Amino acid sequence: MSHDTLALIWFGLLGVLLIGYVVLDGFDLGVGILHPVARSDEHRRVIMNSIGPIWDGNEVWLVTFGGAMFAAFPNAYATVFSGFYVAFMLLLFALIFRAVSLEFRSKTQNPLWRRVWDAGFFLSSLLAALLFGVAGGNLMLGMPVDEHMIVHQSVFQQLSPYPLMVGVLTILLFTMHGAIFLYLKTEGELQQRVERWIWRAFGFFLVAYLLTTMFTLVKVPRAIDNFEHHPWLWLVPVLNVLAVANIPRAMFQHRPVYAFVSSCATIAALATLFAAAIYPNLVPSTIDGAWDLTIYNARSSQKTLGIMLLIAIIGLPFVLAYTTIIHWVFRGKVRLDHSSY
Amino acid sequence: MDVETLSRIQFAGTVMFHYLFPPLTIGLGLVMVIIEGLWLRTGDQSWKHAAQFWTKIFALNFALGVATGIVMEFEFGTNWAAYSRFVGDVFGSALAAEGIFAFFLESGFLAVLVFGWDRVGPKLHFFSTLMVFLGSCFSAVWIVVANSWQQTPAGYHIVETVVHGVPGLRAEVTDFWAMVFNPSSVGRLLHTLIGAMILGGFFVCSVSAYYLLRRKHELFSRRCFTIGVSIAAVFSVLALVTGHTQAERLADTQPAKLAAFEAHFETGPGTLYLFGWPDEEASEVRYGVGIPGMLSFLVHWDTRAPITGLHDIPREDRPAVMLPFQSYHLMVGLGTLFIVLSLGTLPLLRGGRAFRMRRLLWVYVFMVLGAFAANQLGWVAAETGRQPWIVYPSVQNGVEMPGLRTSEGLSESVTAGQVLWSIVMFALIYLLLFAVWVFVLNHKIQHGPDERASLPGADTGAPRGFLAAAAERAARAGSMTEAHGEDRADANPAGGRP
Repeated sequence: MSHDTLALIWFGLLGVLLIGYVVLDGFDLGVGILHPVARSDEHRRVIMNSIGPIWDGNEVWLVTFGGAMFAAFPNAYATVFSGFYVAFMLLLFALIFRAVSLEFRSKTQNPLWRRVWDAGFFLSSLLAALLFGVAGGNLMLGMPVDEHMIVHQSVFQQLSPYPLMVGVLTILLFTMHGAIFLYLKTEGELQQRVERWIWRAFGFFLVAYLLTTMFTLVKVPRAIDNFEHHPWLWLVPVLNVLAVANIPRAMFQHRPVYAFVSSCATIAALATLFAAAIYPNLVPSTIDGAWDLTIYNARSSQKTLGIMLLIAIIGLPFVLAYTTIIHWVFRGKVRLDHSSY
Repeated sequence: MDVETLSRIQFAGTVMFHYLFPPLTIGLGLVMVIIEGLWLRTGDQSWKHAAQFWTKIFALNFALGVATGIVMEFEFGTNWAAYSRFVGDVFGSALAAEGIFAFFLESGFLAVLVFGWDRVGPKLHFFSTLMVFLGSCFSAVWIVVANSWQQTPAGYHIVETVVHGVPGLRAEVTDFWAMVFNPSSVGRLLHTLIGAMILGGFFVCSVSAYYLLRRKHELFSRRCFTIGVSIAAVFSVLALVTGHTQAERLADTQPAKLAAFEAHFETGPGTLYLFGWPDEEASEVRYGVGIPGMLSFLVHWDTRAPITGLHDIPREDRPAVMLPFQSYHLMVGLGTLFIVLSLGTLPLLRGGRAFRMRRLLWVYVFMVLGAFAANQLGWVAAETGRQPWIVYPSVQNGVEMPGLRTSEGLSESVTAGQVLWSIVMFALIYLLLFAVWVFVLNHKIQHGPDERASLPGADTGAPRGFLAAAAERAARAGSMTEAHGEDRADANPAGGRP
């Protein structure tokens, strides 16, 4: 296989890993954001236990995504991770704090102890979702990358209106996704409360979705450049709109599983649109278009990309099987027992 | 402080905190395999309770290993961007292989391990334990291979790349298997795994000795203590062997590191120090007690054979001596103590004499700290001894390949203030995490093995398939760190015998 083909395949595989991660951890984070909605301690425990056994398996996707980016496009990995230093450190703190809150909240009965971890769980989930969106928004805009592939930008410059808009969109998307997931996992009064939150989250998401789309077309006109050369790409936004529209439809028809599938499809479509918008760039340069980091100048050697492809072909089926089995094992409504958080 | 010092402090701090957990899970993995194997063989229920207890401890440490491990992967990019560009082609593929081959195996079967006791047959459960153990060993394989490649690079060449018209250098793989089996990887991997087993053995001894002193869970403690001491004895001796062969190899591949370990300044016969206080200015070891010629003997089987001294290595290529010297000697000292203690205890196990020797038991309660320390110190020695290189220079097929200095590996865009801020944040969060870890670990140890956990009949059912087991799981929920039956046993009279 040629070096260019391999680079393209790895761009695609990174996309698959990214979609896997945001679809899976998306509802994890959304559940965390919705956590304060529950009033009673029991309901809060139900909410936490809906993701209890699966969150760390979901985070393995992030680990693998990071490792794959390091190996396949080391220049982009180095530029992005060092360029987002402060943002990514905050992200790490949020992810650690989330894990700790989840794991230790219910270890004692003390109400103050529980309230502190509840707040930690909510805030860290919110922060993580926001930062993922902000990072995505900045990559859409491009970053001030110089000829040495170094980013010259402070965290405050990264918090400009467009990335913040994408961050808010991400929060609302994950909240909606998490709410639909919770609807599948709960029953009775809590489920009714969750249903109201699906509608609220959907309403806000829809507004943010439309605003972000307009904002993107105005602010990043090259986002649709690739669509001119590859008209079939228009299928993605069409599917995206259909998936979004199917969420209220499915909820009206009391088919929450369809709603969940639609919200997974929405996330997958948005991630694909992101990839289609930046391709073949990984990090567009706002200083000089000649200094863009593309899949061609950021990639590893042909030999490494080939070896990695072999590793992925052997390994990915196992990862998929593992994820499927775990989610199947823990399907159904949450029941609290002595082994729960 | 400059970015380099701060980034090194940050990496050292976060990786040392992370490294509390992986060796413990690897070592406990072996313990779980042994104990569950014994249950399978004998059908004795108290073996099962013992296996369940250690599984809970394992799961807690696994969760923390995952949470702190993500940090390590991020830091290569955030703090060491230039290094990442240089090594990505080689190091990145090993890291990606670790994610794909090791983590999924471990986390996948862990769910069966923690929740599957009453849902899968004993044989399938044992198989899962074996897979989790294997997965944890695999995760050590890839990361140690990657680290060994930095110490003794092989199977690569240095290529000049031009991006945006700016030339740069990077390492590219030419021979994958030569990269994987580089000169130090097998020896270092074995030594790392053996260190983990020693920690597992002493950890089990510590908890068991504590119970014996409190006269709780006697049968459990006697059995686990015996297993723990046996593991510690076997692997302490093996650590000596693998440690020795590594030192021999160092003389060829990283003479500067060996010289720093032994504070060997002038080329000539080498002294083996038991302890001392190296003084680089004066090129001597103060208060040192050592055996002249012994280092030469150990490396070359000849007390007069010359060992390269630091003075024959260009000043800019020398590691600082103090930290490698002290961490290496402390590790060796602890290793010797492990051998003496565990081999000395073995005969005392006959007739249960050791179980009545309270002072000995107290020593074992605290010896686990020594095992944690020895694992950490080994890495401190290995990594500080590698300085000033982040990737060692080497000669491949007669061609000299330049290395990469630690100072050249930093992220260009990151400022000292940013790194300092993140160190403070890590310190706060990890202190919190550490406190909570100790709290929960103590909670589980105080609770002890659950002697009533499996009700009669739970094991008599025919082994069932994994999916059937999974289906039953649906009605239940729990966390990875909580096996079932945690609260139920509160009704159990304390210290009840099985």
